[in-house]
Amino acid sequence: MRIRLAHLYPEYLNIYADRGNIAVLERRAQMRGHELVVTAVGIGDRLDAAGHDLLYVGGGQDREQALVAPDIATRGDAVREAMDGGTAILAVCGGYQLLGRGYRGRDGQWLPGAGVFPLETVAGDRRMIGDVLLECELEPGERWTVAGFENHAGRTLLDPGATPLGRVLAGFGNDGSSGHEGCRVARAIGTYLHGPLLPRNPQLADWLLSQALAHATGSAPEPLEPLDDALEADAHAVSARRARDRGGRR
Amino acid sequence: MLSPGLPLRSPRVTVLLTVEIGLARLAGSISRAARRGGGTTLPGKLLWRVDRGAIDALSARLPQGTVVISATNGKTTSSAMAASVLGAARRLAWNNSGANLASGVASTLLDADAAELGLLEVDEFALPELLPRLRPRVLVLGNLFRDQLDRYGELEHIAERWRDAVAELPPATTLVVNADDPVVADLASGREGAVRYGVDDPQVARPSLQHAADSKYCVRCGSPYAYAAAYVGHLGDYRCEACGHARPRLDLAARDIALDGLEATSFDLASAAATTRLRLPLPGLYNVYNALAASALCLALGEPPAAVRRGLESFGAAFGRFERVAVDGHSVLLLLIKNPAGANEAIRTLAEGGVPSTLLVALNDAIADGRDVSWIWDVDFEPLLAGASRIVVAGDRAAELALRFTYAGFAAERLEVVRALEPALERALELAPADEPLGVLPTYTAMLALRKVLTDRGLVRPYWERTR
Repeated sequence: MRIRLAHLYPEYLNIYADRGNIAVLERRAQMRGHELVVTAVGIGDRLDAAGHDLLYVGGGQDREQALVAPDIATRGDAVREAMDGGTAILAVCGGYQLLGRGYRGRDGQWLPGAGVFPLETVAGDRRMIGDVLLECELEPGERWTVAGFENHAGRTLLDPGATPLGRVLAGFGNDGSSGHEGCRVARAIGTYLHGPLLPRNPQLADWLLSQALAHATGSAPEPLEPLDDALEADAHAVSARRARDRGGRR
Repeated sequence: MLSPGLPLRSPRVTVLLTVEIGLARLAGSISRAARRGGGTTLPGKLLWRVDRGAIDALSARLPQGTVVISATNGKTTSSAMAASVLGAARRLAWNNSGANLASGVASTLLDADAAELGLLEVDEFALPELLPRLRPRVLVLGNLFRDQLDRYGELEHIAERWRDAVAELPPATTLVVNADDPVVADLASGREGAVRYGVDDPQVARPSLQHAADSKYCVRCGSPYAYAAAYVGHLGDYRCEACGHARPRLDLAARDIALDGLEATSFDLASAAATTRLRLPLPGLYNVYNALAASALCLALGEPPAAVRRGLESFGAAFGRFERVAVDGHSVLLLLIKNPAGANEAIRTLAEGGVPSTLLVALNDAIADGRDVSWIWDVDFEPLLAGASRIVVAGDRAAELALRFTYAGFAAERLEVVRALEPALERALELAPADEPLGVLPTYTAMLALRKVLTDRGLVRPYWERTR
């Protein structure tokens, strides 16, 4: 099966090893006999969001993020429509903020986002930097931990009733106080966790792939055939220990 | 105990300072005697904590003043190259072990009783605080790459701090900048007497910017730069087609560059006054940039081109940067990796000179390495993976390296994970064919630990005993 992934702004949003996430999706798809076809979408390029099974938006430094913001703000309707049609989304760090309603800078200036996720971000005084560990329950009754690294000045506030990606076990999360990290809407996930996210969290990678496959085939998501994830488990364990030992300290 | 015979030139050097110096030195001796590493920065840490102004006073007692080099990458090698030139005719106070924070600078100046000139590499974040204290005769700014975002913050933030620091420089300071880095070159715009250096040889350019390239967008208007030639990361001959911001004219250029495998690099060092052909006994285009930085510094101090050539041609490797050590019949090649741009150049150089069939790659995540290890995914390891037949991964985050390499398609059965560094080195030496070099690519604290293993075996000298 071909899985069509649109990688938004790879020239601008790529600082936290975003291509590691793509490499993991590519290889894990391939090992199950599928092919991940990646299309790069830059500023001003046409985006057929609904024609893709998975959208990826990575993180950038402030300067690059500001260059991308006006473009992504025009894509809200297309991305929302795709999401409603079952396209999966992974948005990391800057990409996560940009898919929210907007960002309030320190000077009070409002930078509008795509408005896909029910959240807003406000600039904070100090960056939240460190290892993070979450507990997620993407499917009822299936709980697992997600480990990563966060580095953000923005405090992200979910709308009342919005669903976070997970509960913070160690680290800062969205705002350092709510105990929430990330946001989930249908098959879309936004998160501050990089590191990159997917190599050491193979369950999350496979969840995204199965959602994307479901969109590609038009059927319900099915679990993927398991792989030997010994190295991934080792990396996850070290990262999780780091979060417990030193995450969320200022 | 007070230190007798200290040349106390500045009125600011008081009895109190002398006492502080004595106590700080004593702490250094205790640290070394207790074998707690080199004691490189402990005396300086104490002094810095007690009296920040001590650096001003210590620096003011140097009869020839100070010169300062800062950059994300290459500052240790550039200053070692400059030392090779400048050390021939004067005694240097030089922080040769790469201790480049305020404490390391203070320690170096403390140790510099008879020194004439201070040659200091300074951490890019510490630079704004130290510049007004050191008041250097020459300031060399080499490059800004994204580096350990968890520790330094974003590149633009460092650039902003540098802009403010440069604006405050006294007119007597000669500012030397790398013209090939748009952000760094822009710092010298409008500054009287500034020196701009760069590479001018499209034959050695890369076909395109690398994945991890920074500063791809115009510093003035944000449009993408067009590159007539991209050399190292985002360093090159750039031009913004929207607003016309372009690389300035070069005062000192490297031309007609010949890369000679892992052995050497030859090039013409060209200024308006003279062109000098020289053979640098180090591989890699990034070392041409380091040599340019060192040359510009030395020429600005009035060294003749022939002295610059002699110093560069007799240069050995800097601490852990392309250092060669003979171990059990193997030649071990030690290449520090610490951020995407630096690692890419180390790898490019290995790939062009012949990748050793056996490699040891070590990733730690202490503060000095960067706690965030995501940068390894932005490094183009692929040429290394294509050339190596066996890789041992080591360090506290060895598993992350293993994932980086296996997801890139490197066969798991040709990869071994040995987290502890000494056993990992043993294993890599065992795997390396007898007549072939072993390539060792560690992050900073892993490099220190591996070097300590070699030091304990008497194979390399501890860095605090190296000659200046």
